[in-house]
Parts: sequence; structure tokens; C-alpha cells
Amino acid sequence: MAKTVVSFTLNGSPVDVLVEPRELLIHTLREKLATTGPHIGCDTSHCGACTVDLDGLSVKACTVLTVQCDGAEMLTIEGFAKAGALHPLQEGFSQEHGLQCGFCTPGMITRAYRLLQENPSPTEADIRFWMAGNLCRCTGYQNIVKSIQYAAAKMRGETVATSHPVLAE
Amino acid sequence: MIPRPFEYHAPSALPDVIALLDKYGDEAKLLAGGHSLLPMMKLRFAGPAHVIDLRKVASLKGIALEGGEIRIGAMTTENELIFSALVAEHVPLLVEAARQIADPQVRYKGTIGGDISHGDPGNDHPAVMLALDAAFVLAGAGGERVVQAADFFLGTFETAMAPGEVMTQIRIPVPGPGTGAAYAKLKRKTGDYATAAAAVVLRMKDGTCAAARIGLTNVGPTALNAHDAAQALLGTAVDEAAIAQAAAKAMAICEPAADLRGDEEYKTAMAGQMVERALRLALSRVK
Amino acid sequence: MDTNIETHARLEKLEGIGCSRKRREDPRFIQGKGNYVDDIKLPGMLSGVMVRSPYAHAKIVSIDTSKAKAHPGVHAVLTAEDLKPLKLHWMPTLAGDVQAVLADGRVSFQNQEVAFVVADDRYTAADAADLVEVEYEELPAVVDPFKALAPDAPVIRPDLDGKNVGAHGARKHHNHIFNWQIGDKDKTDRAFANAEVTVKQDMLYPRVHPCPLETCGSVANYDAIRGDLTVWITSQAPHVVRTVVGLLSSIPESKIRIISPDIGGGFGNKVGVYPGYVCAIVASIVLGRPVKWIESRSENLTTTAFARDYWMTGELAADKNGKIRALRVNVTADHGAFDACADPTKWPAGMFHVCTGSYDIANAHVSVDGVYTNKFPGGVAYRCSFRVTEAVYLIERMIDVLAQRLDIDKAEIRRRNFIQAEQFPYLSPLGLEFDSGNYAPALERVLEAVDYKALRAEQAALRADPNAPTLMGIGITTFTEIVGAGPSKNCDILGIGMFDSCEIRVHPDGSAIARMGSISQGQGHQTTYAQIIASEAGIAASQIAVEEGDTSTAPYGLGTYGSRSTPVAGAATARAARKIREKARKIAAHLLEVAPDDLEFDLDQFKVKGDPARGKTMKEIAWAAYNNVPEGMEMGLEAVDYYDPPNFTFPFGAYVCVLDITKKTGETKVRRFYALDDCGTRINPMIIEGQIHGGLTEGFAVAMGQELPYDEQGNVLGGTLMDYFLPTSQETPHWETDFTVTPSPHHPIGAKGVAESPHVGSIPCFSSAMVDAFAHLGTTHFNMPYNSFRVWQHAKSLGLTA
Ligand SMILES: Cc1cc2nc3c(=O)[nH]c(=O)nc-3n(C[C@H](O)[C@H](O)[C@H](O)COP(=O)(O)OP(=O)(O)OC[C@H]3O[C@@H](n4cnc5c(N)ncnc54)[C@H](O)[C@@H]3O)c2cc1C
Ligand code: FES
Ligand code: FES
Repeated sequence: MAKTVVSFTLNGSPVDVLVEPRELLIHTLREKLATTGPHIGCDTSHCGACTVDLDGLSVKACTVLTVQCDGAEMLTIEGFAKAGALHPLQEGFSQEHGLQCGFCTPGMITRAYRLLQENPSPTEADIRFWMAGNLCRCTGYQNIVKSIQYAAAKMRGETVATSHPVLAE
Repeated sequence: MIPRPFEYHAPSALPDVIALLDKYGDEAKLLAGGHSLLPMMKLRFAGPAHVIDLRKVASLKGIALEGGEIRIGAMTTENELIFSALVAEHVPLLVEAARQIADPQVRYKGTIGGDISHGDPGNDHPAVMLALDAAFVLAGAGGERVVQAADFFLGTFETAMAPGEVMTQIRIPVPGPGTGAAYAKLKRKTGDYATAAAAVVLRMKDGTCAAARIGLTNVGPTALNAHDAAQALLGTAVDEAAIAQAAAKAMAICEPAADLRGDEEYKTAMAGQMVERALRLALSRVK
Repeated sequence: MDTNIETHARLEKLEGIGCSRKRREDPRFIQGKGNYVDDIKLPGMLSGVMVRSPYAHAKIVSIDTSKAKAHPGVHAVLTAEDLKPLKLHWMPTLAGDVQAVLADGRVSFQNQEVAFVVADDRYTAADAADLVEVEYEELPAVVDPFKALAPDAPVIRPDLDGKNVGAHGARKHHNHIFNWQIGDKDKTDRAFANAEVTVKQDMLYPRVHPCPLETCGSVANYDAIRGDLTVWITSQAPHVVRTVVGLLSSIPESKIRIISPDIGGGFGNKVGVYPGYVCAIVASIVLGRPVKWIESRSENLTTTAFARDYWMTGELAADKNGKIRALRVNVTADHGAFDACADPTKWPAGMFHVCTGSYDIANAHVSVDGVYTNKFPGGVAYRCSFRVTEAVYLIERMIDVLAQRLDIDKAEIRRRNFIQAEQFPYLSPLGLEFDSGNYAPALERVLEAVDYKALRAEQAALRADPNAPTLMGIGITTFTEIVGAGPSKNCDILGIGMFDSCEIRVHPDGSAIARMGSISQGQGHQTTYAQIIASEAGIAASQIAVEEGDTSTAPYGLGTYGSRSTPVAGAATARAARKIREKARKIAAHLLEVAPDDLEFDLDQFKVKGDPARGKTMKEIAWAAYNNVPEGMEMGLEAVDYYDPPNFTFPFGAYVCVLDITKKTGETKVRRFYALDDCGTRINPMIIEGQIHGGLTEGFAVAMGQELPYDEQGNVLGGTLMDYFLPTSQETPHWETDFTVTPSPHHPIGAKGVAESPHVGSIPCFSSAMVDAFAHLGTTHFNMPYNSFRVWQHAKSLGLTA
């Protein structure tokens, strides 16, 4: 099949890629654009490890064709830290121990970002419901919920602190 | 996990879509949200030579209240339904159902038109459409026609849509006063299709049931219109006895396929349970 | 400054044992800069994909690769015929059996590896894989281990024809692998014959899969000019892989470099060596280019290493008061088509003999039969030590069964049977020496926390109401785990003792690098090992770089599984750090012109006893180590430790679970789950809590939904994430955690290992609660997983769904 050039904005920078129509966005990102933060965890669009933010929507990059992204604005985990400063979500995941092996983390943070754009003050139930497209095999989600709450509070301008002080015991 | 090669088209006007469909016939597939089609292509269960993406067709988007109907563009996504104030006000059942479909990411992409057109008995909108007495606008080379939901679902992956047609709009009559509705879905986890689910719309007048419609998900080759079950409610107070009777009649039409979600017996029983659950909820919501 | 405040500040800076130090690995992961195997991209790298058998059992009549080879962009299509000249068509398993790398004339499980296609990229490889034409002649398949032992059962392994003795002794049938027994059978039988009460229960621990979020994969790069082979691999045991690759390829280990980069979860799935790895290596050697192989999720769930599949029969003999006199266990273990269990060589059922649990049982006997079936190989320890989940499940279920028979409360029967604190070290009837424990207080604490009495009262009221739509089940477990394999006298893999290692170098500026033979897959080793060194050697954790996973730099170790990192590599780390400290003491004494014994160690410095104003910090000592050491001492500040543990460690816990079950649908809600764990000394409470949440969640998944069933034809069902139950945030319950601390007496810092207890302990707790919900109707057991379908079927059998 003839390849086509697809242009979009990735983490603020314009990119052009040459792809077959059948190429999945996740492969373009990972193999052609050195954007290996989003991961592949399944074949059936269930795990969310591949989540990226596409034109203001959280999507699974394994279930989007790259050719569908012509003209899009895309944000991946690589676009979160600005000038060396971590995004509140990145800080929250670290402070609240919201990750272990880290494989789900880029997708989690990217998904949580869109959630907080839509709902800056989610309850635990909101978070559990709206994060349910991202599987994590390590954390049991409890600390992920806390991480997102930490970030939400910080983004609302509140003072925040880890619930795991260094010298508690 | 790699689709077979195909040619990609992304026209921006409906007539162009229809022209492409005419041109490529069987070899073409419409691509809406892609969350049923692309997984099947990745597993190589489907391998269209031409993929016609509807994303640029602006006329297929949007939600409006017109002529006593909520009219929804086929390309409207699940999350757009969930976030729509208009839908929440006039057809809250749709919000309740959409929230139970797949997971957040899938709902950002999956469209109501795709969910209905796919003809998958596991999809949730078909039963909801049956309960809401919705109608679908289909456009083809010969013009537009409107088909009632009750006449649309013919078999697994089989609908009344003719080759070369596109679903453009979903029309839902705004339920009148005295109506209550609910969607009850039993599933194993987020992102799973229903083990069994029931959509119910009830209209109560002076304490008795004046109208009722019930649709069932994933307990037959298509979404099922549980007509007899609904009829059994008419004139009753929708008390426990009537609810049990409706559930029994709904179970009588189930022909589920056994899989890891359960055997025929379980799925049939769960269809009954979901009917009961949805009826109680719907009744509690009658305004 | 107030000395308390000052000490606090120094402790905070040191971040030693006991601190909730934030993780060192996080910065890269939260910024998308992890380096997992599939992230690796080398110049000229090719992509490999497997062609797999659609049949569970078939002869291969022919394989035609010509169309695939002719496809543009294809570089090679390997079959068993291509591997034969290299003698690589079969490979040894960790269990003393052999496994086909690519099917050699026959397939014996569905999705078995048949051919390996190598192409420019994964798209081309996928297209070409479809062009490989294989003609099969289907044979009858057997997926039930009992049917596999029928006299006329299909022969699953004709290659073993005539081999009546396997790696673990006599084989009594063509599909039999081994019989393994432990304990005193005669004494046990006598105890049963004389018992006031006996109970017996069959139970199946179904076939499940660890399913880490990252699947398995590797990138092999053979440099023909240098003769060096480098392999990036998703391995929990990179050194073992190096040894296996060396054995297979006859390349010396010095020319093989195995790198486990960041690993996206292991849980036992990444202990073995899989055909895909071998094929990628061969292809790289043959083609002279790097070759990547990454399995898909369904390949992962249906070919690389299942867990469990244990059919167990437990029996207890007791007196009328519920005091247990004897335990008897018979197991039929389904190992699939090749025996690729990951167990220490001597123990083909792993540490199953920990199955006497937390209870003082005088007599016990265990017999395990391993059986071949037409299912994929494995038998790994899914977030547990070898077969410990099975063992704990058995005893925790059995003690509940006994309680029900005698109408004794399930908490009370445990009290009556606990090994008492003063009995430790406790020699079990099956020959294990439990190092330490304090079971009764743990249980009481948990019962009080959940108000057990009130729960039982609520349950009684609910049971009294026949119209209640729900049932309530209260589950209890008081489990003991065995981890930290292990003493080399008992434990080896391929003949290599299961020690582990640490090497520490302190640089002149006082910072340090430490390397271990273990490998983190999310456990946070970079963080916690540094904490051990910080406490033991007085170097701030922030100044310590921890490296693992590269066999060219790390000392040999047996890897990370079975919670062995803290008990074994953690011990090696503590001991290496102590060697550093002792050398530092001598240097400090030299600098201060006092005797080494006149110095005392104070967090991060040595002080002169009685003259605390005089001292040397570790930083000062490190500098001196490179320019001013006592006469006769070698320069530098380095230490190595290879630790062969004297014993295992025995973490324990007490859990309570409360379930609410809807009778008419089988839907189950976890109302409450309270988990108290005792893992000895706690290195990083934050990380421990995270490990426990994760383990409980995996336990929940196993109990409530995971299984890989087969149909009669040998088709594996449920091999995608649509069916295979991985709970999301929405399904996962809220966990309550608690702890006590009973240090291990033989471990240098008293730590026992934690990550697996919650998995091991929670699964029987869910079963206990589920069965308890129906116990008043006579139910003593029914098999997992407790999805709503199965629960409903059980409820229906008791007339509850009408
Ligand atoms: C993990 C996962 C879980 C899911 N769970 C559920 C669930 O619980 N319930 C549920 O209902 N669905 C579920 N789905 C399916 C999802 O909702 C799909 O998005 C939906 O079924 C199809 O909508 P789509 O817009 O993605 O259509 P596509 O996948 O793009 O198309 C589906 C089919 O419809 C045709 N089509 C699409 N639009 C039109 C149109 N306007 N006119 C004519 N034909 C058209 C296409 O040609 C194609 O054959 C799930 C999907 C995934 C990946
Ligand atoms: S890779 Fe699993 S959802 Fe995309
Ligand atoms: S941190 Fe490992 S999968 Fe989430």
C-alpha cells in the first residue's frame, strides 16, 4: 500500500511521518518518533498502557490509525515535565507511591491529566470510575487514587504533602 | 496484532462517503470510532481493502432537540453523550447506558452510530434504542430513509442497513411525563460486554403502567425487543408480582450463547434479574 | 542544637532502614524514560514473530515456508529443521525435562511454537507469518490430568518413550512425570486411624497466569566479529539465563552478556527461558543482525508459563476439641506438555511442604504426582515462593473445613492449633525449620480491628432471615509463608546454589555504587538496597547508586522471585556494607590514632568512645581510603558478599475478609479486607504498603476471576484481557493494612520479604469468606474463581436463587 505523510503536533512540536494506512499510532510513536513512554500491554484495547491525549481526548494509541491523526494535537508522557519541572501528576505519583514497575505509569498519568482537566476535584469514586480504562498489575490502585488526589489538590493551588513521611516509624 | 494492508479514505462530505461506498462495495468498511472495527482488523478477523473514515464529516456530529425528539449525529461519541446536558435532561437513560459501555478511553472514541450499526448483540445501545423506540436515519445513493429500531436488528452483525448506506442520525422521542427508565447491566468487569442487560422505559399514569418497552442485551443473536414482557406490565402497578411476570416473559425469549460469562441457563436467569432490577429502578424514577 | 532534632535531621539525611524513602526509580518512569525491552532499538534490528499451532495435539505432516521466505522484507523463516544442526531444536527446562524450541514433528499444546519468521519490521513479519503453510494431522488431546493417566490415554511425549525414570525418579505411566513424597507416612496413617475426627476435602487450584502488564520479549545481538552475544531480556534471573544460553550455544559465559533492563512486572512469568528468546538469539547469530521478539498478550497468556493447576486432596485428623493430630495431602499436578516448572532441583513440588502452615501438627505426609497434559508448560510461582500459594491454600481451607465439622469458630480453631511463640525455631513434621513467628497476637489484633464478634452477630441475623437478598461471608486466614530460597544445601537451579550477591564500591568522595545479582521488576530495589547500605555503612542513601540486571557488571545471583531479594540479596547487601564499615573503622582508627575497638559507629561516622567530639565521618574515611590507609592495608573501600542463607525466612500474617453476595445473581462485593502482615524488620514502610496493596489485588483477581480453562479439544479459553480477569480501579476493593514486627533471627537485619504474602494469604481468605457465606447450608468448599456465574451456580444448587 502506498505510504502517506501524516503531520501532527507532538508535545508542542510539529512532526511529519511517513506511514502505511494500517500503521497503528502506538507503533508510529514508539518506533518512528522515539516516544517510548506509551507502552503496549495487550492486543484487545483493554489495558490503557498506550494512552495518549489526542485533541483533548484520552485515547488508546493501539486502537487509532496514525493516518487518523493528521492535523492533531498530541500529548504523551514525554510532554509533561516543563523545563525540568515535574507536572503535579508526576510529583503526585512519586510522592504517593502510585507506581511500582512503571509500565502502566505513562498511560495512567496521561489519562489522569485529561480527567483533571474535565473534573478538577474528583472524589475517590470519580477517580476509580474514570481511571478504569488503565490496568495496573502492581499497585492495586489505592495509591494511584491518592496520587491523583495529590495532583488535583496541587493544581487547585492547595498545599499538599505526601501521606508517607520519611521518618514515620 | 497488525491489520492487513488497506487503502484509507477520509472524505469530508456525506455524498463523497456514499460515492466511495458505491465504488468499493463489499471491499469497503466505514470507520467511525474504530473501537469495534480496528480490534477485529488487528486480530485479522476483518480485512477490508478500503477503509472510509467518517471523522471529517461534520454533518454526522451534534446533539439537538427538534420536533419532540433528541436527534443525535451518528458520529457522536459515548463521552459526548455522557457530558451532554441536553441528553441528561431529556434522555438520562442514554447517559446511564453510555456510562456502562467499555471504559473511559473507548468512550472518547466509540460512537453511538457505530455501536448500533455494528449489529453486535453484545453492544449496549441496541437494546436501549429498542426501549426508547428510537429511529435511525440511513442515507444512501437513493436518498434518506428512516428505520425504526424495532425493525433494524436482524441478526448477529446483520442489520436493516443496505449495502452502500450510512447511518447519519439517531432520533429518540423525548419520553413524556410520568416516565421512568433504567439500564441494568451485569458484567464481569469494566471493559466487558454484558453477561446480560436490560433497558426499560416505563410510563405510569394514575398509579398504573400506561406504556412500557424493554430491550435485552447479549442474550440472543441480536438485541431483543421483549415485547410480551412489556405488555405484561400494562395496567399493573408494576408491583413485585408484575415485575416477576415481566421477567419471566423476558427470559422466555432469550437464546444466549454459552461462553466464559456463563451458560445458557445463567444468562437467561440474569436477563430476568436485570429486567427486575431495571424495572424497580425505572419505577423509582418515574416523574 | 537539641540532640534529638539533630539526630532526626541526620536520620532524615541518611534515609536508612525504616524510612519511607521516595523511590529512586520513579523519576524515569513518571517521565516516560523507563527502558523496557521493547523500547530498545538497535541499528539494523529485525523483528521476529512466532507461527503457532492451532491444535493442541497433532503430527506435523509438512511445513512450507517458501511463500513466507519470498515475501519482500523477510530475512529468515526458522523451523525445527533449521535448529537441528545447531542442536537447538530442544532445550533443557529448569525442571530437568526438555522442551521443544520449535515443534519437532509434532505439537503437544495449542499455540506451541512451530516456526519463527524474521523480517524488517513487525508488520512485514506478521504478513509473512500468515504465509507459512503447515499441514497437521490432528491427534486426540487430553487436558485432564486424571484422564491423562488412564492406561489408554494418548501418549503426549513420544520422545520419552522407554524412559521409565525421569529427573525426579520413577515414572509409572507414559504421561506421568514424577511422584514426590515427604513426611512419615506410617506415623501419619496411624494418627488418622486413631483419630477422633477426620475430614477430607478435594479442591482445585485452577490454572492461572501471572500476567504482568509487560509481556515477555528479548532483543538478541550477536557480534560476529567479536564473537559476543548481548541479549536484552525480560528476565527475573539474568545470570541464570546466561548460564542456560551458554549451555545451549556453547558460547563461553564470558562472551555472553544478558541485560534485564527495566522490567514491567514479573510475578513469576519471567523466570523461565522461552522458545522466543532462543529463536531470537539463533536468528541473530545466523543473520548477523539484532533481532527483537516481543510476544503479544494472547501469546503471553497461553504459552509462557502458567501457574498452579493443582488438584489437591487434603485430610486432617483431630481430636474433638479441634486439636489437629495429622495432615495428609495428595496432589495431582498438571504440568502441561513439558515439565518446565521453576522449582529447586531437589523439590519438584517446590516448598509445598510448608503446608502444615501456622499450626503445630505432629504428623504429616504429602504425596505429589506430576502429570503431562496437552496444555502449555509452566508451573511458575505466581507472586509466591515455589508452590507456596498452593500449600497455604490447602491448609487454610482444611482448617476451616475442620472447624465447620466440629462447629468450632474459625478464629477459635486457629488459636487452638497455633505454633506458640516460644516454640520457635520450630521444626515442622515435614522438615522445615520455621525461624520466628508470633501468630496469636496478630490474629487477636485483626479480630479486634474488624470487630469480629459484631460481624458474626450481623451474619447470624442475616442467616435467620430467609428473605434476605444477600449472604454475608467472613473469611479468616492466619498463614505462614516460606521465602528466601534458599540454603544451597536444599536449593539449586541447574546445579547452581541459590545464593545471592552484592558488591559495593565506595568512591573517594564518599558516594558509592552497589551491584546485586537480583533484579527489580517494580519492587524498588534501587531504593531499598541503598537504605540497607545507608544504615549499615553510614552512607546517605541518596549517595548510593544501585545497579542490577547486567551480567557484565553485576555479581552472579539467582535473581528475583519467591520474595528472595530481601532475604538473600538484601542479606548479602547488609553483609557487604558491614565489611565496608569494618574496614572504615580501621581506617578511622588509623586517622584518629586510636585502637579500632575504641571507636563506636554513630549513624554516619565513627566516634571515639568517651570523647564524642573526636570522630571521622564516612565521607572523610572514604577519602582517606584512597590516600592514607594503615600500613599493610589494601587501598580502596570495596566489599563483596555472596550470601548462602542458613535457612528460609517465614513471614506470616492474619487477614479478615467480609463479602456480601447477592443470592440471585452471584454478584459479590468485598465489604472489607483487613490485612496484617509481619515481614520482620521493615526497610521501607511505604514500599511495603505498596507491595501489600499489589499482592492483595492480585489475590483478589485470582480468587474472583482468573482462570485459563480448556475445552475437550484442548483449545485454551480466555486467553485475552477480555476474559482473563485483571481488575480495574473500579472493581478493586479498598485495602486496610496493618503490621507487627517479628524479626528473623538468622537474617543479618531481621528482614523476611513481603511482596508475596498478600497474594498467598489473601486467596484462601477470599475462599474462606465465600465458603463461609454458604457454610450454614452445609458447604465446606467450592472451587475458585468466584465469578458471579460460579457463585450463582453454587447458590442455585442450594436452592437460593428461586
Ligand atoms: C475494550 C472494549 C470494550 C468494549 N465494551 C463495550 C461495551 O461494553 N458495550 C458496547 O456497546 N460496546 C463496547 N465496545 C465497543 C465500542 O463501544 C465500539 O466503539 C462500538 O461498538 C462501535 O463504535 P465505533 O464508533 O467505534 O465503530 P467502528 O468500530 O468504527 O465501526 C463498527 C462497525 O460499524 C460500522 N459503522 C460505524 N459507523 C457507521 C455509520 N455511521 N453508518 C454505518 N455503519 C457504520 C463500521 O463499518 C463497522 O462495521 C467495546 C470496545 C472495546 C475496545
Ligand atoms: S495496548 Fe492495551 S489498550 Fe492499547
Ligand atoms: S506499576 Fe506495574 S503495572 Fe502499574
